[in-house]
Amino acid sequence: MRIKDTLENYVFVLPAVAIFSIFYIIPFIWVFQLGLFEWDGISFTKVFVGLGNFKEIFTQDVNWWHSMWNAGYITLIALTLQNILAFMLAWACDREIKLKNFYRVIFFIPPVLSEVVVGMAWRFIINDIDGANIINRALIGMGFPGLAHNWLSDPQTALTVVAVVHCWKGFGWGFLIFLAGLQTIPRELYEAARVDGASSWQSFRKITLPLMIPVMVLVAILTVLGTMQVFVLIVSLVGGEFAGHTSVPVLRILASMRGSSRFGYACAQGITFGLVLIVISFIQYRFSKKGQ
Amino acid sequence: MWCKKALAAVLVLFSVLGCAAQKTDSKPTISVWHWMTDRDPAFQELAKKYEALTGVKVNFELYAPSDAYSQKIRAAAQGTNLPDVFGILGEKRDFASFIKAGHILDLTSYMEANDSAWKNSFFPKALAVNEFAPQNSYGINPGIYAVPIDIMTIQMVYNKKLFAQLGLNPNHPPKTLQEFLDTGAKIKAAGMQGLVSGWGEVWMIDCLANNFAFNIMGKDKVLATIKGEVPYTDPDWIRVLTIFKEMKESGVLAQGLVTMINKSAEQLFANDKAVYAFNGSWCVNVYKGMNPSLEYSAMLPPAASDKYPIAIWGGAGSSFMVNARSKNKEEAVKFLVWLTGQDQQAYLAAATNNLPANRNSLSKIPEVLAQFARGMDYATHPNVWGVSEFSLVIEAWDRGIQSIIIGEKTPEQVAEEVQKIKERELAKKRAQ
Amino acid sequence: MKNPLYYKSKKILVNTLIHIFLISVAITCLYPLLWMVSSSLKTQDMIFKDISLIPHQFRLENYVLAWKEGGFGRNFFNSIIYTVSVVFGIVIISSMAAYAFSRLRFVGSKFLFVMFMAAMMIPIPGSFVALYVLLNKLHLRNTPIGYILCMINVGLSTSIFLLKTFFDKMPKELEDAARIDGCSKVGIWWHVALPLAKPVLAVVIVFNALAVWNEYILALIIFDDRSFMPLQVALQSFQGEFVTNYPLLMAGLTITALPIILVYLLMQKYIIKGVTAGAVVG
Repeated sequence: MRIKDTLENYVFVLPAVAIFSIFYIIPFIWVFQLGLFEWDGISFTKVFVGLGNFKEIFTQDVNWWHSMWNAGYITLIALTLQNILAFMLAWACDREIKLKNFYRVIFFIPPVLSEVVVGMAWRFIINDIDGANIINRALIGMGFPGLAHNWLSDPQTALTVVAVVHCWKGFGWGFLIFLAGLQTIPRELYEAARVDGASSWQSFRKITLPLMIPVMVLVAILTVLGTMQVFVLIVSLVGGEFAGHTSVPVLRILASMRGSSRFGYACAQGITFGLVLIVISFIQYRFSKKGQ
Repeated sequence: MWCKKALAAVLVLFSVLGCAAQKTDSKPTISVWHWMTDRDPAFQELAKKYEALTGVKVNFELYAPSDAYSQKIRAAAQGTNLPDVFGILGEKRDFASFIKAGHILDLTSYMEANDSAWKNSFFPKALAVNEFAPQNSYGINPGIYAVPIDIMTIQMVYNKKLFAQLGLNPNHPPKTLQEFLDTGAKIKAAGMQGLVSGWGEVWMIDCLANNFAFNIMGKDKVLATIKGEVPYTDPDWIRVLTIFKEMKESGVLAQGLVTMINKSAEQLFANDKAVYAFNGSWCVNVYKGMNPSLEYSAMLPPAASDKYPIAIWGGAGSSFMVNARSKNKEEAVKFLVWLTGQDQQAYLAAATNNLPANRNSLSKIPEVLAQFARGMDYATHPNVWGVSEFSLVIEAWDRGIQSIIIGEKTPEQVAEEVQKIKERELAKKRAQ
Repeated sequence: MKNPLYYKSKKILVNTLIHIFLISVAITCLYPLLWMVSSSLKTQDMIFKDISLIPHQFRLENYVLAWKEGGFGRNFFNSIIYTVSVVFGIVIISSMAAYAFSRLRFVGSKFLFVMFMAAMMIPIPGSFVALYVLLNKLHLRNTPIGYILCMINVGLSTSIFLLKTFFDKMPKELEDAARIDGCSKVGIWWHVALPLAKPVLAVVIVFNALAVWNEYILALIIFDDRSFMPLQVALQSFQGEFVTNYPLLMAGLTITALPIILVYLLMQKYIIKGVTAGAVVG
């Protein structure tokens, strides 16, 4: 009876573990092995180089670490700007406000749109040759003609613009999760606080923020995972790595795989990238546990 | 129980879907994989004609976009599931790897049959891209391994209407670099945009830089540099890099060129918003779709020196290979002979505005396209040089030019950086 | 005490500011959508000449053309089949696993859970080739079931993560009551746990439906047969190597965006409760 009971427990995880083992673990082992080889992705023969690829990544590949840095920068902006925006919008929509349902639907449009449309539409907004050039016109109108320039082809601003567009595309998910979180906070808590004479700022700080911390952790982890892997949007905005100013790890991996036909090296890069992501997520998780 | 029912339903669904495929016919069916979206309708039309003619069915299967197609071909090669006829995208090095792995049939004997009738029908330069010369550095048996189905050249085009507005002669585009740079001041003064091109996707920068390199130092010195005998810090190479700085300073380059995607460059040029464009012969078809009344003409890139002739990139635009493991090899070759015949090539050229690979099919093409075709006299291509540069060096070079254009680095700095990477890669190669 | 008028006008002011903020963000969200729809009604040569959002003439035939030329009929059907089967598969498999990780005690449960979480973090580059070779060996290449299994695997980790967090938080009393009534473990999971988890299941459905609906690279690589291809592959053919047919592309994109917006609309009222329940857990 006991054995049957235990076996029954395994039946629950069996389908997931089976699919996972076949379609994730096997390819993963294959990729991991390839990281130890020099292989062009075509030949039937591979040259074993041991940890040579990893050594090259850590000692020579400046472009790779620069791309990591860029992705980190975008992620930092996404963690702050995107999540603050998402939180503010959710907070505004949480109040008893008109058109709540309208906004709730509208704010989910960017995540649904294709990157092609997003890239084209934003180039149109930003670009000053063929586009509407809205931002520069606004700057000139407000009396800052010196700031008006081509935002995407200036190394100082290109990565930031890319990050901002990425935030715009992704805030819908955060908005949804934050809104959901806010709605579970019992209204009675706010009522009670008001009766006690708390200002709305105080009740926001004393009630809303503490109760929202777990939601913020969840959104933060999802933001890091999503943002570190951004690349389609970059290609559709600036065409590629722009002298390294907009290069990100996934673009580097693709460059090794397609551009230089170094499949083994690309696999090693992918594994390094995954390990960095795990470390970041682990630190985040630890940090949030401490914070609570 | 619910779950058995659900599972059964899913299984039934799969089996229904699974059965919809694969019908086998007694006559041979040739399957062709390609990525050329714009040529697909014409291919389908030709396949119908061929079936009516010979009874052999040809299936053209389109897999787009080209990036995904390229991955599909590589994956299929790993599983030896390649179709009878396919095209590969990539550099000559990748082509060689496919041959070494036994995926590609050597077509030399077919090409040379009947006094080389098939071979002689092509532009020699279109064929050269698919050829491996004796003692090539890739270690491939010399021979011809693919059939060119069209050719392309990459040149410059200029807008005649805007030329007239600038007070320039619309029938005399600038021939020398100085004349070209001089138009920059006028373009700037008129508030127009100069040269547009897809320099965000770096390979087009590489292409123009090579054109100037051939012009300044000649083919032999360029190849010697690739072999590692001449450093990139040589004054001639620094001169090549300096041209980009001069172009930027003269105002002849459009704003935002370094992050421009070729498709937006084409939009700008097609809508009279840019004076020049650096683009391939496919642009004729693109501009026609966007603005049929665009007045423009093709020109060679301006010469920076009179020591050597200017060279442009050109050769086979796309080529088809025959699967060496295919059961239908002979039928596949027969079909490709037919596909590259004069009439079929003329039909393809007319239907898709691409340049035919068959040199007897050039008769009925628009004037601008003919100008691109004449550029073939100046054409060269990395795939015919017999040696190839390390991809890391090419990458550093292209990025470096982007940096020069945005004023971040000087030509000397870039040359030094490129040379450093070149030396590192050479050392690595020697160590192997 | 300040007079009531002060509070009232302050409230109006705050609300106005909030609305200005919300509307300005909403405009940026609507703009690309409107641009896409308006472009889908123009002609190729007008699309970049006439930059107004309201086209001079409405070429509705672009939609008919896109539908026909893209061979949308068959592909549309395929996409629906794939999305429904994958989402169904993920919901069942991940909820079973998540329930086990949350409720049932067995050796290795913690290890397995951590493994799924790690998989969420490590993307496999070049996994397409690996999957291709694998499916080829299993004789599942060029079959819908092979594709569906691969896509189920893609969504599995994140879904288990979301669902487990939710199950952890759920009250156990109902399940205990069901057990006393003689319900089996599977019965409890099906009759008690899943109905309670409806909101978080809605989240899982939208997340995964969006992912499957937009996937095309894996499909392109493992299917040789055009009749198996999903909608997104058909869409790619409007975006040619050289010539992009913008009006048809935009019409196609609009058509493909509609079903996913519909799914969101159907699910969003559950999500509002669902994400919360999954998220507000320490």
